[in-house]
Parts: sequence; C-alpha cells; structure tokens
Amino acid sequence: MATRAPVQAGRWFGAAVIIASGAMMVLPFLWTLSSSLQTSESLLQLPPQLIPAEPTLDAYRELTEVMPFGRVVLNSVVVTMVVTVAQVVTSALAGYGLARFEFRGRQALLLLYLATLMVPAQVTIVPLFIGMSRLGQLNTLHALILPMVASAFGVFLFRQYFMQMPAALEEAAALDGASPWRTFWSVAFPYARPAVATFGILAFMAAWNAYLWPLFVARDESAMTLPVGLASLHGRFQTDWNLVMAGSVITVVPVIIVFAIIQRHISTGLLLGGGSK
Amino acid sequence: MTWLGSSRRWWIAFVGPSLLMLVVFTVVPIVAAAVLSFYEWDLLTPPQFIGLGNFIELAGDDNFHAAVIHTLTFIIGYVPIVMGIGLGLALLLNRRSQMSGVSRVVFFMPVVSAWVAVALMWRWMLNSRFGVVNWALDLVGIDGPAWLYERGWAMVSVIAASVWKDAGFVMILFLAGLQTISKDYREAAELDGASAWQGFWRITFPLLSPAVLLVSIILLINSFQVFEQVWILTEGGPLGSTTVVVERIVTNAFSFGRMGYAAAMSWVLFALIFGVTLLQTHMQNRWVHYGD
Repeated sequence: MATRAPVQAGRWFGAAVIIASGAMMVLPFLWTLSSSLQTSESLLQLPPQLIPAEPTLDAYRELTEVMPFGRVVLNSVVVTMVVTVAQVVTSALAGYGLARFEFRGRQALLLLYLATLMVPAQVTIVPLFIGMSRLGQLNTLHALILPMVASAFGVFLFRQYFMQMPAALEEAAALDGASPWRTFWSVAFPYARPAVATFGILAFMAAWNAYLWPLFVARDESAMTLPVGLASLHGRFQTDWNLVMAGSVITVVPVIIVFAIIQRHISTGLLLGGGSK
Repeated sequence: MTWLGSSRRWWIAFVGPSLLMLVVFTVVPIVAAAVLSFYEWDLLTPPQFIGLGNFIELAGDDNFHAAVIHTLTFIIGYVPIVMGIGLGLALLLNRRSQMSGVSRVVFFMPVVSAWVAVALMWRWMLNSRFGVVNWALDLVGIDGPAWLYERGWAMVSVIAASVWKDAGFVMILFLAGLQTISKDYREAAELDGASAWQGFWRITFPLLSPAVLLVSIILLINSFQVFEQVWILTEGGPLGSTTVVVERIVTNAFSFGRMGYAAAMSWVLFALIFGVTLLQTHMQNRWVHYGD
C-alpha cells in the first residue's frame, strides 16, 4: 500500500496538468468571443471586462458595413467546398489507380508525386501568380481554386489505404462483371471512409484557412476570402479590436464545428503514415 | 488485387484528372521557377537573362541573410519546445484507454483555426496597454514588455503563439505513435523495478523514436516555411528583427516586383529544407530504433 500513494499523487498531478493545458487552449477563444461582444470603447478600459457587462452584436453588424462581408463569406464557402470535393475525388481516384493497376511508367509517376511533395509551395507561387495575371485571371475564384485541386499528399494517403484493402471485396464485384469504375464507386470508395474523413478535413482546413496564395491573387473584394478580408480589417481599423475579433470568431467557428462533428472518424494513424499538415 | 485484361487501360481514367492538375499547377510552375531564377523580370518590361546574377546577389544580400538567421532562430526556439510539450501531453493522455472527444476538440481548436485569426487574437492579447497578458502579469506584480514592439520579445511572442497553436497537432501524432507500443514492455519494466523515468528513457523513447524522427521532419519542413504568424503579428519588425525567408519572397515579388529574385529565393529555401531533411534521415542510424 505504501507504493500506491505516490502513484495516486502522480495521477492527480497528471490530470491537473491536462486540465490546466486545456484551459490554456480554450481561454484565448473565450476572450476573443467576449471581445467581439463589446464596444471598442469598453475594450480600451482597465481592468478588462472579461465577461461583457452589456453584450452587443454591434461589431458583427459593423463588419457588414466596412466590407461586403456576405460576399467574402460566400467566396470562402464556394472555394472551400469545391476544393475539398475536388481534392478528395481526384486523390482517391489516383490513389486507387496507382494501387490497383500495373502499367508502364507507374514507378516514374510515383516518383513525380513524391518529388512535388518535397518542393515547398512557395516555389510555385511566383510562376503561378505570373501565369494567372497573364491570363487575366487575377481576382477570380478560378485563380483560387485551380492550383489547390491536385494533392500529392492525398494521393499517397489514399494509395496506402487502398493497398491494404482486402482484394476479396473487389473480386466479387469484378466477377459480377462490374467495370473498374463502378467497382471503385460502389466498393472501394465507401470502404475508404476513414481516409475520406481524415483527408477531407485536412483539405477543408487548408482551403478555408489559406492565406498566402489568396494574398497574391485575390486582394480585390470581389474574390476575397475570409483570411485575406480579416487581415485587411486589421490594417484599416487598427484600434477596433471588437471588429477584428468578430471577424476572427466568424473565421474559426465553422472549422471548429466541422472538426467536432468529424473528429471521431479521423484516423490519426493515417496522419502519421503520411505526414505534413 | 490488380485489374488485368481489357480493364487495365482504365488506369488513365483514375490517375488522369489528378495528374493533369498536378502537371499544370505544380510541375510546370516548379520548372518555371527554376528558369525564372536566371532572369530579371518586373512584369512590365521584357524579362532579361542574367545567368547566376540573382544567386550572386542573394549571397551578398544582408536582408536575406538576416531573414535566414531569424528563420533558424525561430526553428531553434519553436521545434524543441513544441515537441517537448506535445510529447508530455501525449504521455499524460496515453494513460487513458481512449482520448475523449472533448479533449480532442479542446486541444485541436488552435490547430484547425486559421493562422490569420489566431495571430490577430494573440496580437490583441499581447497589446502592451490593453492586452490581457500584460494585465494578468500586472496582477502578480510584473511589468510586462511591449511584446511585439521590442527586439527579442517579438521573436519570443512569435514562437510562443506558434507553440500554442501546434502543441495539439504534435500531441496527436505522438499519441498515434504511442498507441503502437505494446503495454507489455512497460509492464515488464515496472515489474523489474524500473522507475517511471527509467521506463521512459529505456523503453518508451527508443520504441517511439521513429515517430520522433517523423514528427521532427514534419515540424522542420513546416517551420522553414514560417510566414503567416510573422506577417500578422510583427510584420517583420521591430526594425526588421523578425523578417523570415518566405516574407522576403513575398516582399520581393509583391512590393519590389522582382519576380526572378523571388524565384531564386524560393529555390534557396527548397535547398535549405532538402538539405536539412537529408541530414536528419542520414543521422537517424545514431538514435532511431526500429523494432524487429
């Protein structure tokens, strides 16, 4: 019994550390929410009002006045949905193609995908920007979407998943005379649900949160997405922190909700197998 | 299984869409960036071939050297701290059989949020006069610095915000690694009278070392590309003390209209990342332990 006491103490200490760390993660978000519900004057008072005495939605209303906020949100929604679906579908198809077909040049293709994975995105940004501006595509949604469609990371993730899939499932379909295309959609793709959820949430996050590429090609309000709009808000209204925090709330809440819904289907083992955010 | 016979040509339909997009929007731009790095081009006048001119200029560019040094400073501060905290949290949470949905969401809130929003949140919290951080420090009698406007403290702030954002991501990767380690090993060590400390360094860490290597490679690749938090939090200041490589690329391409020079910088960044990753995988024999 004498040895149990330190073990118990250790457990309690561990739990305390986890709860304290969890609080460290959540509190900044709560303060952001609280700030967004105050006036800019009440934010410039000491001590700060941690819980707003008179909560107001003025900051959210003002957002729609200083920029076409509805348009910016719509741009973000359209770009994110198209990019997420396109990335999942093209990556799953290519992953299956590279896992289940043998053809001349397959090794070379795998090497090509691997090579692009190693080159940082910043290398492609300057030529892509020049290309888009020459084609008159600056400040269009195409310019935002097209370069984000193919994902070498996604192809590897799906290929790995399909290589581990038991062949019996597809063989049954093939014996029934189904084409590879039909077999993929009716058997393989449904089977890959954990990979779709894991990669889908990554694609969703990457598209919704993207800043560097949109900063190059979509500075105009007609094609602006939330992160670029949010950053421009800060430049224009240095002191209106309630406004900036309201924009931040609108930017982060959708991703957190989507993550909370999907998280139980996410396979972390797949992440470790593939790497990269 | 493998599709054979007349079905085999279907591979084109499967790989085609992804391959086409990859070639047009990734492979061609990579090659174009390589060509572009030998030119001087402001997009207004015709491009001029200048051979290795851009790279020679880079070698003597003090601003670029400073940005490389700041990037390395960021890495040296950020990578060990975020790995230590992420591993610590993973070890504490691993004792429970399964991580609850609530704790997953809590530790992942910063990870899934846009850097722009997170950086603006921190910019507000670190405000020297009205920020909650200095207010809280004041409560315990500490006069907090003007975090983002003082040399030294600005980089500390960037590193702290980055650790806060990514700790949950590192934790989840280590948790995935820990779950592959059989409990039998640790229980055997405990029966032999090993302390928790010995158990960690002799049993858990060696078995976890492949995951540690992988996480450190991912973090290094990502942190060489550090940009958004710097761009929003400090804008490279004060007095250029937090400029980083990607910020130089953006500034040269955008503000100075020097496309070739920016492309040359992006290739130097790639060379740096490639070199360090190569070095890491090369040195792994010394400390990474692959089970049998």
